[in-house]
Amino acid sequence: MITLGHYLVVSGMLFSLGLAGVIARRNIIIVYMCLEMMLSAANLALVGFSRFHLVHGLPDYTAQSLVFFTITVAAAEVAVGLAIIVALFRSKQSVDVESVTKLQG
Amino acid sequence: MPPLLFYFFALITLGFGFLVVTGRNPVTCALALAASFVGLAALFLSLDAYFIGVIQILVYAGAVMVLFLFIIMLLDIKTEEGKKLNLPAIVSGVLLASLLTLQIIAVVGSTELAQKTSENTPLALADAAGKIGKAALPTITNDLKAGELPDAKLIGFTLFDQYGFHLQVIGLLLLVGTIGVVVLSKRERSAP
Repeated sequence: MITLGHYLVVSGMLFSLGLAGVIARRNIIIVYMCLEMMLSAANLALVGFSRFHLVHGLPDYTAQSLVFFTITVAAAEVAVGLAIIVALFRSKQSVDVESVTKLQG
Repeated sequence: MPPLLFYFFALITLGFGFLVVTGRNPVTCALALAASFVGLAALFLSLDAYFIGVIQILVYAGAVMVLFLFIIMLLDIKTEEGKKLNLPAIVSGVLLASLLTLQIIAVVGSTELAQKTSENTPLALADAAGKIGKAALPTITNDLKAGELPDAKLIGFTLFDQYGFHLQVIGLLLLVGTIGVVVLSKRERSAP
């Protein structure tokens, strides 16, 4: 039987995968993809809680509204982030995170 | 949803997610991420969140992935072969991720809340039609009485009834994002 716990564990594992990727990878585009994975994992937890917290016998649509906002913000964030990556690539000719050390003391 | 299907889609989501983290070729990673999002959308559908599942595919697997692939091909990023791996980062990444996973499994295993299933918390659609209040539109109550879940209508109702201001702020955010992208990607004129 599939419980809320199953969904939360899948969500947690997806979040951890994204976290590992953000820490371990050096290609900035793949770091971005891992960030998207972490956001989606949080969405899965929210939708799971929404389904199992019934309001008048319906799923809690407040949580799903939050997911809607998260997806919108993530889409805007990807657009701006990729523009920053393009600008970075123009000045450094590289997408390696270790090529950006200008703020390092 | 039958348990077998849940495990199948969870495996797709996590397996392709693993491929994103370990893949050497950015194009492989982007396609694996798209596949992972399709599995995740199926999990959303299994939670009766049809609208969210559909926009997950439309926005993430559609728009966002096209943007990623477009940038990868625009910048012509090669496979990072021959570069040595930075071992400390990988070790700390794997360690932190496994610690976090274990912690989440422990927390989930120790709460009563996590034992809820779709059998012991069933949707009461016909009941909800009466309880949802006078503010609800007749189109929503008619659907509920017919035993259908008007998912998109209910989300729209929640958004515009309770979160109208937030929706406008999001609209402004998208406008600012668009302007920001145009400003960022404008090539600077060389100084005269």
